[in-house]
Amino acid sequence: MSDQLVFAMEVFLNGLMAGVLYALVALGFVLIYKASGIFNYAQGVMALFSALTLVGIMEGQVPFAHVINATFGTDLHHFGWHVPGFVAILLTMAVMVLLAICVQKFVFRHLVGQEPIILFMATIGLAYFLEGVGDLMWGSEIKKLDVGLPQGINLMIDETTFGWFGYGFFIDNLDIVATIIAALLVTALVIFSQYTKQGRAMRAVADDHQAALSVGISLNFIWVMVWSVAGFVALVAGIMWGTKSGVQFSLSLIALKALPVLMLGGFTSIPGAIVGGLIIGVGEKLFEFAIGPMVGGATENWFAYVLALIFLVFRPQGLFGEKIIERV
Amino acid sequence: MFYREAGDFKTTYAADSQTFPIKFDRFRYYAVSFVAFLIIPFVINDYWVNAIFLPFLIYSIAAIGLNILVGYCGQVSLGTGGFMAVGAYGCYKLMTAFPEVSIFFHVLLAGGITSIVCVLFGLPSLRIKGFYLAVATLAAQFFLVWLFNRVPWFYNYSASGQINAPERTVFGIEVTGPNTEAWATYLFCLVFLTICALIARNLTRGTQGRTWMAIRDMDIAAEIIGVNPLKAKISAFAVSGFFVGVSGALFFSVYLGAVEVGEVFGINKSFLVLFMIIIGGLGSIFGSFAGAAFLVLLPVLLKNVLVGMLGWPTDLAAHLEFLIIGGLIITFLIAEPHGLAQLWRVAKEKLRLWPFPH
Repeated sequence: MSDQLVFAMEVFLNGLMAGVLYALVALGFVLIYKASGIFNYAQGVMALFSALTLVGIMEGQVPFAHVINATFGTDLHHFGWHVPGFVAILLTMAVMVLLAICVQKFVFRHLVGQEPIILFMATIGLAYFLEGVGDLMWGSEIKKLDVGLPQGINLMIDETTFGWFGYGFFIDNLDIVATIIAALLVTALVIFSQYTKQGRAMRAVADDHQAALSVGISLNFIWVMVWSVAGFVALVAGIMWGTKSGVQFSLSLIALKALPVLMLGGFTSIPGAIVGGLIIGVGEKLFEFAIGPMVGGATENWFAYVLALIFLVFRPQGLFGEKIIERV
Repeated sequence: MFYREAGDFKTTYAADSQTFPIKFDRFRYYAVSFVAFLIIPFVINDYWVNAIFLPFLIYSIAAIGLNILVGYCGQVSLGTGGFMAVGAYGCYKLMTAFPEVSIFFHVLLAGGITSIVCVLFGLPSLRIKGFYLAVATLAAQFFLVWLFNRVPWFYNYSASGQINAPERTVFGIEVTGPNTEAWATYLFCLVFLTICALIARNLTRGTQGRTWMAIRDMDIAAEIIGVNPLKAKISAFAVSGFFVGVSGALFFSVYLGAVEVGEVFGINKSFLVLFMIIIGGLGSIFGSFAGAAFLVLLPVLLKNVLVGMLGWPTDLAAHLEFLIIGGLIITFLIAEPHGLAQLWRVAKEKLRLWPFPH
């Protein structure tokens, strides 16, 4: 087998793994969009915020230390204790639920019945707000996140492929873990929405707000729940990305990468988010591998968007989206 | 009492269809132009021009452009930063290729080039709508910034990858380069803003504006009553692109002088201009001004208060700024989804009666 083809296969596999991570972010979007019709731009910042909080809790940082220091001239920074990863994750989840309650209570309850575009703008505002809060609370320097996930090259795959092709594939253990966790997450979400009472209520709300209200479902409760679930998905995505490349501002930009994923898959489809993520992940890696060197590299910055744009011209509702029917 | 339409009789068609048909508006407009053209240039210095006036004037042009596309025609665009970059690089290439032509025409031509690029990226809007379109315009944003970063022809093969504005004059007075006078750059931008605002005002209140608004309110219904969606959408993209291109050209050549495309015209710029028109008011020319003024003044104010008075480090102040802008956007959307322009309309309503209760 030629070298080029083997390289391409490796790129393909790595693209699949990257795609899983995109899909994780996209999943959070789909959940909120399906249940409340809100296109949540803040999903990426939620991932960043949750990762920051997780690191902060684990390291025992004092929240708002910089602000307190600047105003009162004190010198606070750490409480001096370390919280084990699992407990910290639970505590972070509690923070995300609190955030969901606040978002619902202070923002979206007042915006019921507004046009979708106004709601979208509100989530952009929310994204800025959260970014500011996260930075003020925990400081803006790049942090290392380590909750005990395996990292580094997977030797088994390396050796096996070396035996087959005479060239060992470089696959990160973390990516494999991410794939497994993503699969578990999707399964759990599907089971939750199909077989539990709350899940059914959630789907009912997604179908028709008014009808759901009339059979006694509390919209407020459902929305808080959906935002909490989205917060949970954000936390998972935050842990994965944070472990991979450090907790830093650029984490919030993966939200933008999740947008073309959503467009490819369709806004309303959970499988669509997964398939879209895989297509984008593989597509951009292969494109960079094959065409990138010819045009100056760094094509990953725009490839996903252009692919989605071209794709949408031919199929405006995405791969798995519901057919858009327009009436006067 | 103070804002009256009554008693303002028109006796000619020309008087009836002038840009500001109400006398009070017209005199307000004359007063503002008088102050802007004949008083401010004599009293400003470098700090005021660079911190407040130039950004305000230039962002106003961009905000008017985006408002035509988003507020009047309903096509949400997140590619403003990329289109401003087209204006800037177009202007740069023209300035260096034809140094003998006046920069005035370079800026206009740069607007024209941006207009074409904008139409090109606007073509999919015929099939893609709403959020899908917003995300599709991100393709323009990222692709254009990448293009200007990677293709050396655009920055004339300079080693740093930056573009620097050469010195150019209008009527013998320098408006670009390092040795400019504060009043000259101010007036140069003000002239463009005045032209753009007048064009926009007259476009949006005429036939063209009505077709845009019909498309915005419901495109299928508009198509049925005979509005051509192709023409309406493409023309909105073209006009918007022209304004955004002019603002990008001015931003580069007059305001900054040197530009690194990824930093200056990144995705944040797109959001900034979008916030301006949301806070100012979608579908309102006055709103574009108000929003631009608000978002230009707010950081200056915050910086003066936090860094200057409270002695905070600048990075903390920057984070707080994020928080406040985000909070303000949410507050605005909850309290007044139609922005500052709506507040002004409400104020006019009150002024009509005040001080009488009914």
